[in-house]
Amino acid sequence: MAPPAIVLRDLTKRFGPVTAVEQVSLEVAPGATVALLGGNGAGKTTTLSILLGLVLPTSGEVRVFGEDMLRHRYRVLHRMNFSSPYVDLPMRLTVGENLRVYGRLYGVPRLEARLAQVGRELEIAAFFDRPYRQLSAGQRTRVALAKALLNEPDLLVMDEPTASLDPDIADYVRGYLRDYQRNTGATLFFASHNMNEVERMCSEVILMRTGRVVDRGAPRALIARYGRQNMEEVFIDVARRREDTPPGDAEAPPTAQQREAAR
Amino acid sequence: MSAPPALFSFRRVGALVARYLYLLRGSWTRVVEMIYWPTVQLMLWGFMTKFLVGQSAWVAQAAGVLISAVLLWDVLYRSQLGVSLMFFEEMYARNLGHLFVSPLRPYELVASLLCMSLIRTLISFGGASLLAVFLYHYSIYGLGFPLLAFFFNLVVMGWSIGLMVAALVLRFGLGAESLAWVVIFAVAPFSGIYYPISVFPDWLQRVVFFLPSSHVFEGMRAVLFRQPIPYDLLVNAVALNLVYLAAGAALFLYAFHVARVRGLLLQVGE
Repeated sequence: MAPPAIVLRDLTKRFGPVTAVEQVSLEVAPGATVALLGGNGAGKTTTLSILLGLVLPTSGEVRVFGEDMLRHRYRVLHRMNFSSPYVDLPMRLTVGENLRVYGRLYGVPRLEARLAQVGRELEIAAFFDRPYRQLSAGQRTRVALAKALLNEPDLLVMDEPTASLDPDIADYVRGYLRDYQRNTGATLFFASHNMNEVERMCSEVILMRTGRVVDRGAPRALIARYGRQNMEEVFIDVARRREDTPPGDAEAPPTAQQREAAR
Repeated sequence: MSAPPALFSFRRVGALVARYLYLLRGSWTRVVEMIYWPTVQLMLWGFMTKFLVGQSAWVAQAAGVLISAVLLWDVLYRSQLGVSLMFFEEMYARNLGHLFVSPLRPYELVASLLCMSLIRTLISFGGASLLAVFLYHYSIYGLGFPLLAFFFNLVVMGWSIGLMVAALVLRFGLGAESLAWVVIFAVAPFSGIYYPISVFPDWLQRVVFFLPSSHVFEGMRAVLFRQPIPYDLLVNAVALNLVYLAAGAALFLYAFHVARVRGLLLQVGE
């Protein structure tokens, strides 16, 4: 039986007196699409960074495809990749140069053919010769995604995968990621503030607040459990909830039914 | 499932070297920077030599002593800058996050920085040395085999200091980048670039013994003044450089570890 794609066990990260992540434990099955949700400062980016090996945890265990990421991350890094609109690629290089550099770093076979493929599929081939700095925010997001898909990763970690994209392109990218996941069986693990995206894409959602995992489940199950209409309301409920408040009792915005009744 | 990547990959090192060459190709200001300062220095010391040849018996004995010194000093400076500046490019681009989620290992980044430093130094040294032939009819290549030994010893010392500077900037942020431009000048007065080590007081001579550059410049003068090739000085320089390079690499790798502990790889900047 294949090991889980991701296992985090009792993960804690302190930066001096600040505890960014505390006792986080979670498992992500291979082939799942899982979102990490939480407000600003909830610990999502730190959790993703630890998973990627960019940050060392204070304590806890991190496994990807069964490999201990704290000891043997190079055994699996070639099976992973990462995309974030907040971590730029070198601005002065052209899109094509950037992708070639990363293609070689990941050892992508038949690189030029792969570049042509991602260029076509993500509609970025037209600006392969343009410097990255001249691209719009939306174009940069697509190039970052192309870089993240070059090695056809088994685990794709993303921070806000459709940030800065217009609704049309965002919808296309979501569809592309869904197809990629379906065709390759890859695991998608991402942080997002786009609740519509989360509802449409994810088999499971993990909710974080102040560095802890506070809830998890399928989007529909969470919506039902919190007595809300959609994930946005669940998100606000969780973000405003005090430690001892049960799901649905927080000062979250009223549901559509509550608004209707109030009229 | 594909096999895990090799412990060291020339392909990955080559990918990063290509990244830096792309950068140079697309930026004429970076290319000018490589040749501007050596040219200015060479002209300054070349004309100084022309003047001093008629004034100083010491310079007259070996007219190339100052020009050789300035060319070799620039090797040390360029190789240090080559490492530091190429690393800063990753920090300016905020690219470390992408690099280190890839199979690239920190020591492969170091190897690529050293390669680029060597390429930049060769371009700079090659240009300046040819200019010396053109302007002053002096060829440093007349030093023969010892030139190769001097060159590589200075390159390695420059690499070591460059790695130390990169480590400090990784730890303290780009606010510390000015170190790259000034730190090498701290060793300049004690390296005996333009004057023999014997001008120092005894206690200082014992201190500068621990600078590889002091052995190189002493050796250079010995060759220019037609003394036997100073193998003892070269051996001293090589031995010291091995220690320097190990210390530079260790400091950089330690700074990289600290950066992972402190979460700095995604937050590089001032």
